[in-house]
Amino acid sequence: MLATAPHPVPSVRAIDVTAPVVRDEASAATISIKIATEHVSIMYGEKVAVRDVSLQVQARSILALIGPSGSGKSTFLRCFNRMNDLIPGASVQGAVCLEGENVMDPEVSVVELRRRVGMVFQRPNPFPMSIFENVAYGPRRRGMNDRRKLEELVETSLKRAALWDEVKDDLRRKSGLALSGGQQQRLCIARVLATDPEVILMDEPASALDPVSTLRIEELMRELRQAYTIVIVTHNMQQAARVSDVTAFFTMAEDRAGYLVEVGPTGRIFTRPTERLTEDYISGRFG
Amino acid sequence: MSAGAPSIDRQAGPGRPSLHGKSSRGSMLADRVATAVLWGTGAFVLLLLGAIIVHFAMAAWGVVSPSFVLSDPSDSDLGGIFPLLWNSIYMLALTLMVSVPVGILGGIYMSEYAGDNAVTSAIRFAEEAISSVPSIVVGMFGLILFVDELHMGFTALGGALALTMFNLPLMTRLAEQALRAVPQDERSASLALGATKWQTIRHVVLPLAIPGLVTGVILTAGRVFGEAAVLLFTAGIGTPTHLNFGNLDITNPASPWSPFRPATTLSVYIYKLQSEGLGAYRNQIVDGSAALLIALVLIFNLGARFLGRVLTRRLTAA
Repeated sequence: MLATAPHPVPSVRAIDVTAPVVRDEASAATISIKIATEHVSIMYGEKVAVRDVSLQVQARSILALIGPSGSGKSTFLRCFNRMNDLIPGASVQGAVCLEGENVMDPEVSVVELRRRVGMVFQRPNPFPMSIFENVAYGPRRRGMNDRRKLEELVETSLKRAALWDEVKDDLRRKSGLALSGGQQQRLCIARVLATDPEVILMDEPASALDPVSTLRIEELMRELRQAYTIVIVTHNMQQAARVSDVTAFFTMAEDRAGYLVEVGPTGRIFTRPTERLTEDYISGRFG
Repeated sequence: MSAGAPSIDRQAGPGRPSLHGKSSRGSMLADRVATAVLWGTGAFVLLLLGAIIVHFAMAAWGVVSPSFVLSDPSDSDLGGIFPLLWNSIYMLALTLMVSVPVGILGGIYMSEYAGDNAVTSAIRFAEEAISSVPSIVVGMFGLILFVDELHMGFTALGGALALTMFNLPLMTRLAEQALRAVPQDERSASLALGATKWQTIRHVVLPLAIPGLVTGVILTAGRVFGEAAVLLFTAGIGTPTHLNFGNLDITNPASPWSPFRPATTLSVYIYKLQSEGLGAYRNQIVDGSAALLIALVLIFNLGARFLGRVLTRRLTAA
């Protein structure tokens, strides 16, 4: 399915065989790689921000990207839906394959890509519109205008994002900005779900939230995992340990370029990391 | 706290300033002076505006009446200023019809599409340069270009185009700033949802920029109401005759709807009366016209802001 170039990071290969991601027999049959990056390097002008990262994400699993600030986790995440295109001077080398299709191909429609690969940002950023219009935004831009269909979609999306009960009475009256931080972030998740994505990228989605809201988002992620592939960047190692199936540890090289040290099943990364750097980071000796 | 740990209690003692100490007096004084100066400046600006309004309201007392607003100028009595008022509003509409859409499109280009390069810095330089050209020079240019070279004569259209030349750079710059002030987060959110760039501009950036765009329109409009120098040489200066609103043929210079007729505005009329007017009622007419202009500007500002709010609501509610 994928062009298999020789991988420089041996542990990457290990996921396929050892990852205890599959929890039931039904999905074991349909196990598949959703996203694979091959030798991805990202540059800002002359500066290398991320160097030569190859890894794979299985469908319906949660991959956590951890590592110190500046190790390129967020930059790497943003190449999955080509948000790096928006940064002047940024360039990406290598391939990012979504179900075997290289999304870096200039022929690829970024609009279509971003509908399939949704994104939740660090700071909740609902539009200054009603809750309803926030969720309806993506579908409307795709030309869905049927009122009844939109209402249905908004309801199911808000239900999936575990926000429906809290907002159902003032969907149209209340602005998305009038919600609490945690509710705003769930609204942003609902907004993404309404575009019917396959992959959801989350860039430190809970770092601006209080502990209770954080736990709700984590619970939500575990539920969403049943239908979506999720990649999350987090500074919070407990969070990575709690929610993710696979963890990838990034750090900075001498020249400050971020690179992948190790990737593997979360349980193993947190108990028996193979790399010294990972162990130091996890045990708090570094970063 | 364990016994051996260093104490973080900050005991008040000889070394520590008391809450009533003198040491903070200097900075407290500076704080008070700054507050007083800033408050004073704000009060002065308000006072100035108030003084202008009160002066002309008093001067125009007894002059401005429904008949003054609605009748034609007269040689024998006070008469009215209706044709001039109409021309001011007409010129405003004509100028805004060109400079607002073009200015907003230019602002969109400058803010959302153009990068920072030699072309855009040349455009910005030109914007600033034209904005600071004395308006009488713009008027002369309009006279040469529209009136003479293009043989248009004194027309409302020529005046509006000259005003547009004068206003467009300002409108473009203000539109660009209003659009740039929209947080990048909002654009990212929209693009990440699979919206195209234009959809993002249309449905997120423009609605959020409306308050800033309205400010641009108001400042642009203020220059149209107030500008006399540009219009003297382009739209003409004279005492207009009766307007026949029944004449809807916009190509006919006798129709008040036609852009191809001379159109003396209220500001130009004030200039004319003040500099060469000999009538017995000259001062009253000038005072009344000035008061009306001020009222017109205030009404326009409030109206534009109200319209902006309505528009924001409409656009964000899809």
